Amino acid sequence: MVEEEGIRVVRCGGSELNFRRAVFSADSKYIFCVSGDFIKVYSTATEECVHILQGHRNLVTGIQLNPSNHLQLYSCSADGTIKLWDYIDGILIKTFRVGCELHALFTLSCAEDSVFVMINKGKPDVFQLASVKLPKSSSQEIEAKELSFVLDYVNQSPKCIAFGNEGEYVAAVRDFYLSVYFFKKKTTTRRNFDDEKKYTYTCLHWHHDLVMDLAFSVTGSSLLSGGRESVLVEWREAAEKNKEFLPRLGATIEHISVSPAGDLFCTSHSDNKITIIHRNLEASAVIQGLVKDRSIFTGLMIDPRTKALVLNGKPGHLQFYSLQSDKQLYNLDIIQQEYINDSGLIQIELTKAAFGCYGNWLATVEQRQEKETELELQMKIWMYNKKTQGFVLNTKVNMPHEDHITALCFCNAEKSESSTLVTASKDGHFKVWILTDDSDIYKKAVGWTCDFVGSYHKYQATNCCFSEDGSLLAVSFEEIVTIWDSETWELKCTFCQRAGKIRHLCFGRLTCSKYLLGVTENGILCCWNLLSCALEWSTKLNVRVMEPDPNSENIAAITQSSVGSDLFVFKPSEPRPLYIQKNICREEVLWGVFVPRDVPESFTSEAHQWLNRSQFYFLTKSQSLLTFSTQSPEEKLTPTSKQLLAEESLPTTPFYFLLGKHRQQQQNDKLNEALENELVQLPLTENIPAISELLRTPAHVLPSASFLCSMFVNSLLLSTETKSAEENPDDVDMEEEKESDDSDEENNFTEKIQDTNNTDLEEDIIHQLSKSEEKELKKFRKVDYSWIAAL
Amino acid sequence: MAGYKPVAIQTYPVLGEKITQDTLYWNNYKTPVQIKEFGAVSKVDFSSQPPYNYAVTASSRIHIYGRYSQEPIKTFSRFKDTAYCATFRQDGRLLVAGSEDGGVQLFDISGRAPLRQFEGHTKAVHSVDFTADKYHVVSGADDYTVKLWDIPNSKEILTFKEHSDYVRCGCASKLNPDLFVTGSYDHTVKMFDARTNQSVISVEHGQPVESVLLFPSGGLLVSAGGRYVKVWDMLKGGQLLVSLKNHHKTVTCLCLSSSGQRLLSGSLDRKVKVYSTTSYKVVHSFDYTASILSLALAHEDETIVVGMTNGILSVKHRKSEAKKDSVPRRRRPAYRTFIKGKNYMKQQDDILINRPLKKHLELYDRDLKNFRISKALDRVLEPTCTIKTPEVTVSIIKELNRRGVLANALAGRDEKEISRVLNFLIRNLSQPRFAPVLINAAEIIIDIYLPVIGQSPVVDKKFLVLQGLVEKEIDYQRELLETLGMMDMLFATMTRKESTSVLQHNTSDGFLENNKIES
Repeated sequence: MVEEEGIRVVRCGGSELNFRRAVFSADSKYIFCVSGDFIKVYSTATEECVHILQGHRNLVTGIQLNPSNHLQLYSCSADGTIKLWDYIDGILIKTFRVGCELHALFTLSCAEDSVFVMINKGKPDVFQLASVKLPKSSSQEIEAKELSFVLDYVNQSPKCIAFGNEGEYVAAVRDFYLSVYFFKKKTTTRRNFDDEKKYTYTCLHWHHDLVMDLAFSVTGSSLLSGGRESVLVEWREAAEKNKEFLPRLGATIEHISVSPAGDLFCTSHSDNKITIIHRNLEASAVIQGLVKDRSIFTGLMIDPRTKALVLNGKPGHLQFYSLQSDKQLYNLDIIQQEYINDSGLIQIELTKAAFGCYGNWLATVEQRQEKETELELQMKIWMYNKKTQGFVLNTKVNMPHEDHITALCFCNAEKSESSTLVTASKDGHFKVWILTDDSDIYKKAVGWTCDFVGSYHKYQATNCCFSEDGSLLAVSFEEIVTIWDSETWELKCTFCQRAGKIRHLCFGRLTCSKYLLGVTENGILCCWNLLSCALEWSTKLNVRVMEPDPNSENIAAITQSSVGSDLFVFKPSEPRPLYIQKNICREEVLWGVFVPRDVPESFTSEAHQWLNRSQFYFLTKSQSLLTFSTQSPEEKLTPTSKQLLAEESLPTTPFYFLLGKHRQQQQNDKLNEALENELVQLPLTENIPAISELLRTPAHVLPSASFLCSMFVNSLLLSTETKSAEENPDDVDMEEEKESDDSDEENNFTEKIQDTNNTDLEEDIIHQLSKSEEKELKKFRKVDYSWIAAL
Repeated sequence: MAGYKPVAIQTYPVLGEKITQDTLYWNNYKTPVQIKEFGAVSKVDFSSQPPYNYAVTASSRIHIYGRYSQEPIKTFSRFKDTAYCATFRQDGRLLVAGSEDGGVQLFDISGRAPLRQFEGHTKAVHSVDFTADKYHVVSGADDYTVKLWDIPNSKEILTFKEHSDYVRCGCASKLNPDLFVTGSYDHTVKMFDARTNQSVISVEHGQPVESVLLFPSGGLLVSAGGRYVKVWDMLKGGQLLVSLKNHHKTVTCLCLSSSGQRLLSGSLDRKVKVYSTTSYKVVHSFDYTASILSLALAHEDETIVVGMTNGILSVKHRKSEAKKDSVPRRRRPAYRTFIKGKNYMKQQDDILINRPLKKHLELYDRDLKNFRISKALDRVLEPTCTIKTPEVTVSIIKELNRRGVLANALAGRDEKEISRVLNFLIRNLSQPRFAPVLINAAEIIIDIYLPVIGQSPVVDKKFLVLQGLVEKEIDYQRELLETLGMMDMLFATMTRKESTSVLQHNTSDGFLENNKIES
C-alpha cells in the first residue's frame, strides 16, 4: 500500500516541448528538448523518449552540448544551476551553482572552461550576457561564481544572440540595436539601425506573415526560415530565386535547429510539436506533446475505449492523449478542411464533443460565426470501426439547430436498446436524435435522425443530462430545470430556484441516483430529490466545475473565489463534504474530469477514499493540466516507458563468426584453466570498440584482406605464445610494463567508452584474482586486439 | 504532416427515385414492340430451349414467335373455341393447350394437327402443364377437377376432385414428377401427389387464386389472387412466409427472373412489380397501357413479354452491351513495364507494401492549393460547372469566404466576367440551400462594384434583375410568414391540452432578415 501523505496538486503530463530550440546530438541520433523542469532525450529515428533528465528544480531555460565532449550536455535552469549530463545513460555528472536566475545558455568550442549565460540583474526587463568560468573539480556540486560580463542590454530571447566565426565575436540585437563583442580585442561595437543611414543588405522576401526563426545549414550554403505560415523555407545560396518549401507543417514554426552533422533539421511548433526533417526537406518524424495553445471548448473527456484524455487539439482536430505515457496517441480530424494559418481569420471551431455507448459513437459540433446573423453549424456523428480501429464519419447534420449548441449528451444507460443523443441549443429547443436503420436491400446502413424536438416557453436550453439508467432526461432552460421521460418524451416535472441561470446539471450515481444537482450562475448549488420532487438541500458555493465520478457516488465541485480555486468532494446524500482542499491553484479552473483507475487503490483514510477508484484531472485557465497525487514526488517521477535505445549490437557478419570461432577456439585451448576461461569471456562481449570500429568501417576504406589476414593469423599464433609465456614468469613481468603503455594507447584510440569498460573490468578482477592472474588477463586482452588496434 | 485537404463539397440528397442496381438493370430494355393479337392475351410461355421461342395464347389461336420476329413463325388455330394456357414441354418440342370446350390438345412444334387429344373435362380447361418426367400432363378445369394424363396412350390416369370451385391455375414441380400444385377460385392452393391419390398440402390464400408458381427448388410456393401475392414455405408444410400487397387490383400473373433472385407480378392495375426474393420488397415496377393478364421472361431476362386485356402483346428486348471500343485507347506503358517484377514470388519473411494511391485533385483544388484564388473562382464559374453542379461553385465561394479572400477573388473583373457571376447569383440566390453563402457574395459584389455602376448597360440590367428577384423573394417570405401565423393560431386552439408539446416549423426567418439587409 502506498504511504499516505497529504494530497498534493501536481502538474501532470502535457509538458511544453517548444520552449527553446531543440538540440541534436553530434551523431544526430538523439534530440534534446527542454520540457518544464526536465530535459527530454528523444531518439530521432523512433520518436521515442529515451531518457528524461531530471534534477532541476525550476524551469530549464537552455541546453547545449558540451563542446569538449559531445557525449555530454550542459543545461541551465531558472533555479540558478548549470548541470552537466551524460545523456546516453541519463546520469547527472556535475552541478555548478551560479546563484542567480539563468535565462539562456551558450557554449563555445574555443572557450572550453567557460560557458555563457543570460542573467537578469535588478530590473525585470534588463538582461545581460555573461560568461561563467566552470572550475575543474572532481566533486559533484561546485560553486561557480566567477561571472564576467560580456554584453548588457540584450533581448530576453536566446534567438537574438549569436556567436560568429568560431567564437571570435558575439552579436546580440535588441530593439533597433546591434551590439558585437570581440573576444580577442575585448571591445564592443554598437550600431543603431533606427537612423536613416543606408546599409548594405540582402532582402529575401517570401513570408507574408511573422518570421519566427532563422537557421543556417552547417555548411552555410543555405538559410532556413519559418514563421506563422507554418511553411519551412530553404533559401539556397541566400538567393531569392533558389528556394525550396516544406508546407503544411501544422502550426506556427517557433524554432528551427540544425544537427551538427548537417543531415537533419528540426522545427518546434506552437502546437507543442517537434518535427524532424531530412536534409532533402522531407519530414521524417514528429514528436508531439499535448496540444495546448488554443482554447479548449470541448472540455476534458475520457475515451471509454482507450482511457485516453480527449480534448481540442490541433485546429479542427480532437486529440487523444495518453495520461500514463504523457504522449499523444492520435489526432482525429473532425473538420476535414485545409487549415489556413492566418491571423485575423475566423476559423471553424470544434465546440462540443461527446462519447457514447462505450466509445462506439462520438458526436462533435463545429461552428463558425462571422457576423451576428451568419452562423454555420454542423454536427457530425462518428462510429468506431473495429476493423480500422478508428472513428468513421457516419452522419453529418447541417444546421442541427438555428443557434449555438450549448450541450450535447449521449444516453449511456446499459440496458437501453436504442442509442439516443440529445442536443440543447440557444434557439430554445432541445432535440433528441436516435440511431435508425436506414438500410435497404442493397446495403446495410445506420444513421441518426431527429426523433423529438422539445422546448419550454421559448427559453434558451442551456444544459442537458441523462440519468444513470437513462430513464430521465434533465434539460435546463435558463433558470428552470425540466425533467422528461425518455420513453415518451413527456414533461414530468420542473424545478425552479430563481437563483440565476443553470450553469451545470448532473444526476447522482449509484445509490444517489435519485438526486439531481444543479449549479447556478449566482453561486448556488442545489440538490433536488427526484422521488419527492422537492429541494433536498442547497448551499451557497460559486461552483465553476462540477464533475461526477463514474465509479462512485462522489461528485467533485471546484469553486472560484478571489483568492483561488477550492475543491469540494461530496456525496449528494450526505450533508457534509467528504473532502475539502482549499486553494488548489490560483487561477480559474475551466474543466475537470474523473479518470477511472485501471487498478483501484486502497486508501483507508477518509480524505483519500475518493481517489480510490478514479483520479481527478483539471485544466486551469493558463492551460496547465493538474491532478491530485498522494505519492511523494520521487515516487511520482519514475521513468515512464521502456527505453528504446538506439542499438549498439553488431551485425552478425561472416567476419564476426570467424572472430567468434577464433575466440571459442582459444577458450577450448584453455579449458583446463577454468578461472581463466571465465575471464576470457569478459572481453568476448560485443562492445569492444576496436572490433566494432573495424566492422563499421566501409570495406573500401579498410586495408586489403591479405594484409588483414596475415595479421589475423599472427594473432592466432600469439595464443600459443602465451602458453609458453606462462611457463617463464620473467617474460610476463617484462611485458607487463610495456603492456600498460599499450593499453593507454588503446584507450586513446577508442576514446571514452573503452575507458569506462576498462575500469569496470579491472575492478571485477581485483575482487577475484590474484596479481599474477591479473597480469595474464591483461596480456590476453592485449593479445586479442592489438592487431586490430595496430591498423 | 498532412497533405492538402480538398475542399469539402456539400452534397445534397437527390429527390425522386433512387438509382439502384435494380432500376439500372430493369430499365436497360429497348422501347417495347407492340403486337396486336385477336383477343386478350391469356398466356405467354417461353420455350426453355434455344432459340427460346415463345407461345402466345390469345382467343382461339396459339402463335409461336421467334426471338426477334414480329410475325408469328407458326400458328395453331384448330380450336373450336378459346384456347387457354399453351405451354411448352421442357425440351421445347411439344406444346399442350386447354380449350373452352373442355378438351386438352397436345401439339408437336413442327406439326400442325394435334398429336393427342385428352377428352374428359366437361368444362373449360384453364390450366395445363407437363410434369417433370415429360410423359404426363396435368390439367385443371372449371368442372372443379384436376386430371393427370398419360401422353403415350392418351389415357386419364388420375382425377382429383378436391376443389370446390373453378381450377384456374396450376404448376408442376420441376424436380419431382409426381408433385404438382393447383390454385382454385375456392381460395385454396393444393399440392397433389400422384402417388397418394389426394392432396398432400392445402393452403388458404383468402382470395380466388389467379396464379401459382413453384420456385425451382420446390421449397417455396407463390400464389396470387385478389390484391395479394403470398409466399408459402412448402417445406414447413405450407406456412405463410410473407404476404405482399403492392397492387391496387387483382394480381393475374407471376413470373420468376432467370436468376431466381427476383419475382415479377403483373396485375389488372396495369403494373408489373419486381420483388427481391430475399427481402420481398419491391425493387422496381413497370407501367403498361392496359390491364395485364400474362407475363413471361426469356432466358437470361433477355426479353420481357406482357400480354394485356386489349389484345396487345408488349415485347421488350434487352439492350445489347454498349461497345467500348469507340473510345480511343490510351497509350499504355511498354510491355516490359508490366512484366517487371511480376514473376517475383513473395518470400515468407517479405512484407508486401502496396504502392500508395495517388490522390488526384480537382483543378479548382489545385488552384486553391497554390493560392490562385481568382483562377479557382473562374474555373467554377464556367457554364459547365454552374449549370451541372452549382453546389461545387457554392462550396468554392464558401471556402474562399472562409479563407477571407472572397472579396479579392471577386474584385477586378471585367464586364463579361462579372455578368457571369451575376448570372449565377440570379439563378441560385433564391435556393434556400445556397442562399446564406450567395447573399454574402452578392453583398460583397455590390460593395465592390458600386462605384462603377452605370458604366455598363449589360451589368446594370443584371443588377436590376437581381433586385427584382430579391423583392419577389421578400414578398414570398412575407406571405409564408402570414400563412404560418394563421396555422399557428389554428394549432394553438387544437392542442390546448398538450401544453408541453411543441410544433416545429420550417421557418426561414433568418433568410428573410438577410434579404432585408440585402435590399
